[in-house]
Amino acid sequence: MSRISSDKKIDIKGLVCPYTFVKAKLAIESMELGQILEIVLDHEEASRSIPRSMEDHGQKVLHLEKINDSDWLLYIRKDKE
Amino acid sequence: MNFTDEQLQRYSRHIILPEVGGRGQAKIADAKVIMVGAGGLGCPVGFYLAAAGVGTLALIDNDTVELSNLQRQIAHNVHTIGLPKVESAQKTFTALNPDVKVVPLKVRISKDNILDLIRDYDIVVDGSDNFPTRYLVNDACVMAGKPLVSGAILRFEGQVTTIIPGKGHCYRCLFEEPPPPGLVPSCQEAGVLGVLPGVIGGLQATEVLKLILGKGEPLMGELLMYNALNSSFRKVRVPRNPACPVCSESPTITELVDYNEGYCTLQ
Repeated sequence: MSRISSDKKIDIKGLVCPYTFVKAKLAIESMELGQILEIVLDHEEASRSIPRSMEDHGQKVLHLEKINDSDWLLYIRKDKE
Repeated sequence: MNFTDEQLQRYSRHIILPEVGGRGQAKIADAKVIMVGAGGLGCPVGFYLAAAGVGTLALIDNDTVELSNLQRQIAHNVHTIGLPKVESAQKTFTALNPDVKVVPLKVRISKDNILDLIRDYDIVVDGSDNFPTRYLVNDACVMAGKPLVSGAILRFEGQVTTIIPGKGHCYRCLFEEPPPPGLVPSCQEAGVLGVLPGVIGGLQATEVLKLILGKGEPLMGELLMYNALNSSFRKVRVPRNPACPVCSESPTITELVDYNEGYCTLQ
């Protein structure tokens, strides 16, 4: 498992789209430029759509990894207000 | 703004828009909008602004709901016939979104009360059905420096414009004086396709949200006209009139005017 030090962590297991992205986006909004958000999620579609949507919004996807049978770990760096 | 789980669900389609986000939704929740008229235009404007989560929505209208209103005034229904329109609309908008504080103001707007009524609000929406009110609202907004989203409908045609005092045109830059009462369409001519206020009111609500969010290009210095029969939109530029009687550097109208007499007040 990758170890990137994050400034904020959210667990959005159990949530489905679009609330997965809504939660992730609100978390990013509350952070400073350059800070890193760590997200744990278990919705497969979101493991693809959140990274894509974050890139569309100008944020940097640092790392995405399936960490067990059900969960993904995702690191996003805030590059844009 | 800390959203509740219910608010996250309700506003999720806004929050995921880059132009809105959580911050934009918080601006919408903080906004205070006052609407003149809870009729054909006021109903759809209020409906969509309530759905959008506008924090405070004041409604000014002195009329009561009649059966003949229901062909187009979609916030009212058979159970609210006889009630003040502002109360009928309040019930509808609150049922749609309890987050919204609806302020019902059952008064006839006049030169003596309008400045007090609009003072505490950020944006004014004109959905009135007569020229005296249209000019009164324009002049009051220019004098008070309040952004005004103005809409009008008749038969199959409607128009929308956004007035930002000190920046763009005002209604009197477009038409200096109200038309004489004889030139205003008579009662039989004043029919309106029931869906038309839905189109124009939807455009007005869009303008209000853009002003709140500070996104996009409002219809400042422009008049957007819609013709339902041709399915056509036309946008015309409306320059600021340097000799405008109300919004120019040296206005000739410095007090509000009530043009009361001689206009048809068809329900």
